[in-house]
Amino acid sequence: MKNRITTYLDSLGKKKLLVPYFTAGFPTMGMTLQYIKAAECAGCDFVEIGIPFSDPLADGPEIQYASKVALDNKTTLNQIFELTQKVRKHSEIPLLFMGYYNPFLAVGVKKFLQKTADSKVDGLIIPDLPIDESTEIRNLADKQNISMTYLVAPTTEKKRIQTINNLTTGFVYAVTVTGVTGSGKKFSPETDKYLKMLQKSLNHRFVAGFGVSSPADAKRLAKYSDGVVIGSKLIKIIREAKTQKSSVTDIEKFLTGVRKSLS
Amino acid sequence: MVKRPDKKGRFGPYGGRYVPETVIASLDELESFYKKAKRDKKFKTELNNFFRDFIGRPSPLYFAERLTEYLDGPKVYFKREDCNHTGAHKINNTVGQILLAKYMGKKRIIAETGAGQHGLATATVCARFGFECIVYMGEEDLHRQKPNVEKMELLGAKVVPVLSGSRTLKDATSEALRDWVTNIRDTFYIIGSVVGPHPYPMLVRDFQSVIGIETKRDFKKRYNRLPDKIIACVGGGSNAMGIFDAFINENNVKLIGVEAAGHGLHTKQHAAPLAKGKPGVLHGSFSYLVFDKDGQVILPHSISAGLDYPGIGPEHSYLHDIKRVKYESVTDKQALDAFKLVSKLEGIIPALESSHALAYLIKDKKKFKKNEHIVVCMSGRGDKDLGIILKNEK
Repeated sequence: MKNRITTYLDSLGKKKLLVPYFTAGFPTMGMTLQYIKAAECAGCDFVEIGIPFSDPLADGPEIQYASKVALDNKTTLNQIFELTQKVRKHSEIPLLFMGYYNPFLAVGVKKFLQKTADSKVDGLIIPDLPIDESTEIRNLADKQNISMTYLVAPTTEKKRIQTINNLTTGFVYAVTVTGVTGSGKKFSPETDKYLKMLQKSLNHRFVAGFGVSSPADAKRLAKYSDGVVIGSKLIKIIREAKTQKSSVTDIEKFLTGVRKSLS
Repeated sequence: MVKRPDKKGRFGPYGGRYVPETVIASLDELESFYKKAKRDKKFKTELNNFFRDFIGRPSPLYFAERLTEYLDGPKVYFKREDCNHTGAHKINNTVGQILLAKYMGKKRIIAETGAGQHGLATATVCARFGFECIVYMGEEDLHRQKPNVEKMELLGAKVVPVLSGSRTLKDATSEALRDWVTNIRDTFYIIGSVVGPHPYPMLVRDFQSVIGIETKRDFKKRYNRLPDKIIACVGGGSNAMGIFDAFINENNVKLIGVEAAGHGLHTKQHAAPLAKGKPGVLHGSFSYLVFDKDGQVILPHSISAGLDYPGIGPEHSYLHDIKRVKYESVTDKQALDAFKLVSKLEGIIPALESSHALAYLIKDKKKFKKNEHIVVCMSGRGDKDLGIILKNEK
């Protein structure tokens, strides 16, 4: 498969990946667009765009909150497709949708993927769609040149890790701790052991996520992985910013710091 | 009929495992323990002893003489799950699941609850086994079903109020799933209905199937025939699957599930996914669900906390599609009327959930023939609902 994600990964070399997550429509769609620009300025490699869902069961309080605000603002899928088209006017940064499965079903999986391709999004992460249930969407994604990123967890059996590896088109997402996003659990020697095991088992690049909240966290996890995803922490920064305008500089500053820690 | 579910945990197209990767290994573990337990004589004996001595099974099959007179048509019988320990059918399932937890060596138990009956049944078995118990309950339900909260706490459970979303069963379930993902290694999640990822819809049904097995046996023994119709209310649908299961292959027995129509199916305030929803994914399985054009789940409404859920168990979706079960609905008001009528006529205060099944019988009595024999699943007792009833009188 050749798309923005795979092309980027092919020429990555030793550089570590920094992947921020923003919930689309939080606090507004206009702001989401600005955060994506700021992330690119800070040297991020990909951007995950969260599709808000009414029942985000894999998410902790921060992303739950962001999703609720986005939905209270009447964020629709069409607006999200428009957002990514706007990003594409000035940027070729690889984009991924991160969202729960029901919105895909509501639109129709085929139509959703067509729209994803039309709005120039390169990959999908669906936290409540494990490999066993994703045959249909994977086949359609293949046809549209859209990468599927699957999650592995500390509880995933060895044999299953191989299957996940084989079905991935793009990169793998390693959930670092048993928990929801932004879990606040401490990374332990067990985490390092788990990441080292993944380094041996996977042929794909993989990023570590769930609970990464500082440059130091990022540096630590990137030691035994190809980079990190940061989500809840960014929502927190946005919530704590003095004004919406200053939240953009806060995000850029934070991500620049993380970028430095990864080099 | 073929074995339900298939190897992949599907009832026709419904069911499956739409969950975060973190819990897949635990679902596999649960499934394999359950398979072993089903064949294990010791497990079966222990379960049956608990059914008999702790729950008080078999539950009575009761001829509702005065309701029968009132209807002037069909003969009505109640399967008295309200007579069970803790006052509802929920305990059948929690006894089964806590025994599984014990066999699996997991001593931290979590549960979600709507009406509080499942929470209470879970707190009860946790007290009996000395396990830690955490019950997630929507804040709205916490107020609606206060007596049950007090009982759970008395039994040593920690009741955690859920403040997100609609603050009812849907959000309590999401919160319980989040806890499970976080504490997956030492925690057993006792799901309260025939919902969630495989193998839950199957194992909850199996533990509840004692309701139908007893009904069939006792009805045959006493009346030398089978009932013509069986009526049960459906939220997630565990009491209904429990009483239906033994009759699925008895094609002469008509099965009727009653959803909550809330303020009416013409409004947006109902909890009737089969009548008004489409197949979708929530809380781990593919099944009928009420959601908008973008896939956002629409907040349900029912006066009965136990039916106030936007989805339904996957097996019900299947039985609906193949038309083996007919699904109907009744409104809040019709359920309230049935609640009062049956209390006065039979000296039995039904749960508001069960009142939905009764209301279907009462609201349009002409649709039933004389001399039909109808069993209604009296899934629980109504003491817990007095607060709601009094509030509605005002």
